[in-house]
Order: sequence, then structure tokens, then C-alpha cells
Amino acid sequence: MTTLMSEPETQETSKPQPADQTAAGSTEDKAVNDSETLIEVKDNFGFNYGSTQVLFDLNLRIPNRKVTALIGPSGCGKSTLLRCFNRMNDLIDGISHTGDITIGGQSIFDPALEIISLRKKVGMVFQKYNPFPKTIYENVVFSLRVSGRNNKALLDETVERSLRRSALWDEVKDRLHESALGLSGGQMQRLCIARAIANEPEVILMDEPCSALDPIATGKIEELIDELKTDYTIVIVTHNMQQATRVSDRTAFFYLGKLIEYGETTKLFTNPQEKRTEDYVSGRFG
Amino acid sequence: MKLEDLKQRPAGEPMVWLTAMGLALGTVMVVCLLWVIFVNGITVFWPKPVYQLELDANSTHRVSAETNVFAGAISMDREITGADDGTREYQFFVGNKDIYGFMYKFVPQADLVESDRTKLTQPKDIMVAERLEYGNAIFYPVSMQLGTNEVLRAETPDFTTKLYALVEECNERRAKYTALEKKDIGRINHAIRKIDIQIKALTANKTTKEVQADAALTAQIDAKEKEKEKWNAEYEILAKQAEEMREAQEKDSLTYRLVTGEEKTLPLGDFVHIYQPNQFGFGDKVGFFVSQFWGFLSENPREANMEGGIFPAIFGTFVMTVLMSIAVMPFGVLAAIYLREYAKDGLFVRGVRIAVNNLAGVPSIVFGAFGVGFFIYMAGGTIDRLFFPDYVASKVPYFGTGGILWASLTLALMTVPVVVVSTEEALAAVPRAVREGALACGASKWQTIQRVVLPASAPGLLTGLILAMARGAGEVAPLMLVGVVKLAPELPIDSVAPFIHLDYKFMHLGFHIYDVGFQSPDSEAAKPMVFATTFLLILLVVVMNLAAILIRNHLKKKYSTSAF
Ligand SMILES: Nc1ncnc2c1ncn2[C@@H]1O[C@H](COP(=O)(O)OP(=O)(O)OP(=O)(O)O)[C@@H](O)[C@H]1O
Ligand SMILES: [Mg+2]
Repeated sequence: MTTLMSEPETQETSKPQPADQTAAGSTEDKAVNDSETLIEVKDNFGFNYGSTQVLFDLNLRIPNRKVTALIGPSGCGKSTLLRCFNRMNDLIDGISHTGDITIGGQSIFDPALEIISLRKKVGMVFQKYNPFPKTIYENVVFSLRVSGRNNKALLDETVERSLRRSALWDEVKDRLHESALGLSGGQMQRLCIARAIANEPEVILMDEPCSALDPIATGKIEELIDELKTDYTIVIVTHNMQQATRVSDRTAFFYLGKLIEYGETTKLFTNPQEKRTEDYVSGRFG
Repeated sequence: MKLEDLKQRPAGEPMVWLTAMGLALGTVMVVCLLWVIFVNGITVFWPKPVYQLELDANSTHRVSAETNVFAGAISMDREITGADDGTREYQFFVGNKDIYGFMYKFVPQADLVESDRTKLTQPKDIMVAERLEYGNAIFYPVSMQLGTNEVLRAETPDFTTKLYALVEECNERRAKYTALEKKDIGRINHAIRKIDIQIKALTANKTTKEVQADAALTAQIDAKEKEKEKWNAEYEILAKQAEEMREAQEKDSLTYRLVTGEEKTLPLGDFVHIYQPNQFGFGDKVGFFVSQFWGFLSENPREANMEGGIFPAIFGTFVMTVLMSIAVMPFGVLAAIYLREYAKDGLFVRGVRIAVNNLAGVPSIVFGAFGVGFFIYMAGGTIDRLFFPDYVASKVPYFGTGGILWASLTLALMTVPVVVVSTEEALAAVPRAVREGALACGASKWQTIQRVVLPASAPGLLTGLILAMARGAGEVAPLMLVGVVKLAPELPIDSVAPFIHLDYKFMHLGFHIYDVGFQSPDSEAAKPMVFATTFLLILLVVVMNLAAILIRNHLKKKYSTSAF
């Protein structure tokens, strides 16, 4: 992945950014500067499913090693944007986009880029936990196995480290070789997180990771996100305002496929610049 | 809210009854069929009492011209067709085909003498003998000739024990010499046949003169002939051993008298089993049943498949079904993976899918014809030409003729649609979320399919295999064209190298049913055999399916989605 992110940093991120970016962020918010930026959505990024456009004129920078929350009413395109970051939308027929997204300065739409190596660097946790019909152990090491890393010691070490980080180790350490489908919902979701971090990606995308979980499991995952942000850049979609305030450093509010407001979470929630943001965060619509 | 409103029945309730009726009807039909097959198939082995009866003086249903007396076991008891007064007729199994010329005789109940009509007499001492030829005999023993001069009369106290012991001895000896002939002599015959083919190949397209003129060739032929000599010498030794044992079978003999008066003497080696069914207690009957059933399962057929067991047919069916499964699974699964996972949905894919589904509607005999043309002549012929030039030169096809391999492949082709359709369904049933999870971990599409999708759809694949096996094992028509035979001299898997003989012709239960039931001259005698064989075919399919189902359940448990 060094080819994907670190190397081109010099050439592309140093380019001056469109002034548009800061406009969304509002006056008081200190904008994400070049050196902090990891993911950049730029050139008025737009996205279509067939002939219907669902994302319009997006420009935003997501900082490195921070938690960025994407909020907005249902159907506003949060998942779509998130799935652009690891090009998961490629599975769908008839999609198209305008503009560009760069990660570490490297365009992810570069035809020379191997999608598989992009996905190895950009892990994803889905809204509905989706463990593989395999053992817990094999679930965690899946991303290593598909990259051909089969060294037993390395795998063992990875399993323990990933499961510890996802706060699941103590619960499953005695049943690593049992089917993952025997876990509870919250455990499965944490397993999916362990699976996503096993490969040491740089970015973790989370699409409503707690929507299927009870408050205790949610609490655990929130703690986990807090911990993970020391090493990873996390982008999280959530419908839960409290959760956004608890876990994220920055928040982006979307409405009907447009970025309405983007800034530091505390600012966005306490002092929103836009009327629609205010209405949404205060629960007046959405 | 009024009570009236609450009492309203939901719409569509009668449809439940309709569905239940559909199920009931289907179940009843299947259960009836299975029951008929089971009862008829299984009662064949249960010993029946033998009656000795007398006909009225003016009866036209005599078994023997001389006398009104006859003996037999009842094989059917039915109302006379067309008679509305409920008069019955019996079908007796009278056996002794060598003397009477038939084995079954219909006798109206009214033709029996008064006393026999109400109570059928069962003589205690009457014997039934299973023989190597002419089926069963029913008789009273007269005497035994032991060696050349000793004679043991039937009245002697230990006559029966002695008789049984000697028959048992003959059976053991027979087992020994058949094993010798099958295994050791079979191996030698193999070797000799091979050398013959090589010699034939050397001299092919050459006149005797040309061969004699070619010194190198004659030397080669001589060397081969020498080799053959060696085998022949070995053969002589073994053949002599076998011959000696065969002769020993003729040493003692049994003289018996039928109830109709005829006497006959047969060497003890011609008997397989002698018993007195009228003296059987319940335990004896069960023992007899088990031994008969086991014999049917484990023995070779005799007398044009009308007697003896059906082991080669069971084995042939099993091997063919396994080979078919091995051939059809990878082929069908790969095709389905491409169709479902890779091919872009378009006119072409839809066309292929329709074609595959319609393949299931092609009459199986067409597959047989295709098997002959494609597998036997094209593939087999090519293999022979490339790898077995000796066989081609001597005009003995090796793979270029019907055999178990081609039969299995033909059936594999026939069952491909089943596997493709069920695999496709299984693949489609794997949730999109799981695939996305794998892709998000950086797996390539193939890795996703191989590591996640296929394991998750394994139970579905096995369902396809089960359906294919059931379809393949029960098929007869195409097999007749591509390698099934009435009587195969050797099994497709044996102890002669290379152990698995894919070129051999083989026996098959389905074909056996057809052959025994519809091709044999004595359809009456064939009936029990047909039922028993059908029963075993169904049993074999059930057993193989159960094995697959067990594996499937194991996999399902391994991969089942948990409750949450
Ligand atoms: N595969 C698809 N094909 C066509 N349209 C789609 C597809 N997936 C999503 N859309 C449409 O794109 C829009 C954005 O969908 P998206 O899933 O990104 O919303 P979301 O913000 O994640 O909503 P939610 O909060 O309900 O998950 C919606 O109008 C949706 O109908
Ligand atoms: Mg969504």
C-alpha cells in the first residue's frame, strides 16, 4: 500500500485546494489543513446510480487519525459516500461518478490502482454484522490469508492482538476454533471489527456499526473506536446524535446528497451554522 | 368492536386444506409404491411351507400326467378372474423344472379333493433344494451314494445331518475353486490376452509369408510365444487344481423322489442348499430369511440371472454412481459458478441457462446415443489410437467400446443440469453481505467465491449431488448403449492390477430389473427377483443419499446462521 498512499503524497496533496472546502466548514471551524488530510473528496464529487444522481458537489477533507462522523437523514447518501472510499460500489452495475477522491494524495479512481490493494488499506465494518461461515480464528485472519500470509505464528499473534483491540478476546479466547456464527450479535459485530483491523489498514469505514446492538455492546464499540483512533483514521456513519458527539472529532451533515455542514463535532452540535443542521441535530426532522 | 367482526374468518383458509390434500395424495402414492415393492421384495426370502395335495380325478390341472398328487408352496392366492362367486385359485411353486418343464402351476381351489380344500397338508419330511441348475427341487430323499460303493438310505437316523454336512462341504469347495478361477486364473487370462493382442498387433496387415520372411519379427513373436508358454504352464497347474476340486463335487450323490413318483440322482455338488421348510420354527425361519437375503446381496447370479444373488449388479451400480458423481460435481459446479458469478447477464447467459434447463428434458436414450457417438467412438477411439496402438492394430477396442467410464460420463452429462441448477440456487442464496465482507477484506472475486461463497453453499451443492445420484442410479435406457451388460464376467474393481478397470463392462440393478423382468422366458419365476432387485436398487439409492445427507447436515451445522 505504500504505493497507494505514502509515495504520491508529495505531488498531489501539495496542490492548492479549492476554496470551496472551507466554505462548508464555516468560519470558526479550523479547516483540515494539507498535512492533516488523509482522505480528500474533491472536484465537486458527484455519484450516480444509473441515471439517478445521489451525491452532489462534495468537497471535504477527512483528517488522519481522527474519527469523522457522517450524519444525515435516511437516504441522503452517507453509505454511498462511505462505500466510495473503498470502491465497494463497484459491485453495482451502472454506477458513475464525477470529481475525484484521494487517499493519501493518491486518486482511488486511478485506473492503474488495484482495487484489492485499496481495500486492504481501507477496511470496512458493515451496518449488519456479516461474519463468514468459518471459525472465529479464520474470520479474523481472513484478510491475511487472502494476501497469502499463512505463517502460523503471525496468524496466532494477529488473532490475539485484533481480538484484544476489539475487546472480544476474553470472551472468545477458549473457543477460537468454533464457528463464528455461534456468537451473539454484539460479539459478531466486534468480530467484524477485529477482522477489519487484522490487516492493519490505514482507514476503517464503519456504516452504522451499532444499529443492531444493545446499549452495552454499543458502549463497548464506542470505547473501541476511541482506542482505535490512535492508530487508524475512522469514518463512521451514524444515526445516533449522541454517538456522533461521543466518538467523533469532526462531523459532516448531509442532506439529499449534498454536504450541508462540516466541522468539529462540538461546534457543529453546539453552534451549527446552518438552519437545516440545527433542525436535524436538535431532532426537529430526519 | 362487535363480536361479529371478531368472528370473521381469515380469507384463504380453505386453501390450506387443498395444500394438505395435495401432500396427502402425493405421499399416499409414494408410500403405496414403496410398500408394494418392499413387501413383495422382502417376502421372497421368507420361507414358505410346502404342501402335498391331491387333485380331483377329473381335474385338468395336473402337474404330472401319471398322478393327481403334487407338492408345492403357494406363491399367490387370488380370486379367479371373471368368477363372481368368489371362487379362488392358487398359484403353486412346484419347482423341479428339469422334470416338469415348468415351475409354477395355477390350480383352482375347487379342483382339490374335498379334504385338501379346507386344510392343506404339510408333510414334515419333504425337502426343498436350491440347485445350481433348474432352480429349486421339492422332493423326498431316497438315498445317498457316498463314493463308489457306500449307500446311505434315507431311513438312517443321521441321514439329514450327514446330507447337510456334505452339501456344506461342497459349498466350501465351490467357493474355493471359484475364487481360484476368478482371481488367479483370471490374472493369467489377462496376461495371456494382452500377449495375444501384442502378437496380433505385430502380425497385423501382414501375410504369413511376409511374417516368415522378416527374421526380426519372427524372433519378436517367438519371444512373446515363449512368454505365453510360461503363463500357460502356470495356468495348467491351477486349472488342474480347480479341475480336481470340481471332480470332488461329483463324488457323492443324492437320489430323490418327487411326490409325483419320478426319481432323480444328482451329485451333491449340484446342490446349494437343502432344507425342510415344514420343520422350521420361527427362529429357523428368521435364520433362513437372513441367509437368503445375504446370499442375494453377496452372491453372483446363476442361470441367466434367474437365480443366485445380484452382487455384481449392486457393485456395478455403486461404482458407476460414484464415478458419475466424481465427474458431474466439479463440472456442474464450475459451470454454475461461471454462470452465476462471472457471466454478465445477457442474451447469451439466458440462452445458456435455458439450454441447460432443457437438457433435463431430453430423453435419456438420446444421451445414450450421444454417449456412443461422442464418448465411445470419438473419445474412446482417440484414446485407443493414441495410447493403445496394439489394441487398434489387433482390432480389439480397449476404450473404444462401452464400459463403466463411458457410462458414468454419459450419466454425468445427463445430470449436469440438476447440479448446475441447484448450485446456482445455492450460490444465489449466499447473502450479499458476506460477499461484501470478503471483498472489503481485500479478497479477490475468486478468493471470495473459493473461501466464503463455496463453503457457505456446500449444503446446497450436496443437495444437487443427491438429486443427481438419485436420477443417475435409477437410469437404464442410456446405459444399455454405453456399457451395461446382462452378465459381466468381472467386477470393475478387483484385485488384479490396475485394480480399477474403467474399460470394463458392468452390471447394473436397473438393467438387471429390465433384463430379468422383461427378457426372461419365465416371467412368473422372474417376478420375485424383479421385486427384490427393485427393492435393493431403492435401498442403494437411499443409502447413498443418506450418506450425502449426513455430510450435508454436518456442513449445515458447521455453517448455519445462528439465531440472534
Ligand atoms: N444499489 C442502488 N441502486 C440504486 N439506487 C441506490 C442504490 N443504493 C442506494 N441507492 C439510492 O441512493 C440514495 C442514497 O442511499 P444510501 O444508502 O447512501 O443512503 P443512506 O444515507 O446510507 O441512508 P440510510 O441512513 O437509510 O442508510 C438513496 O436514495 C437510495 O435509494
Ligand atoms: Mg446507509
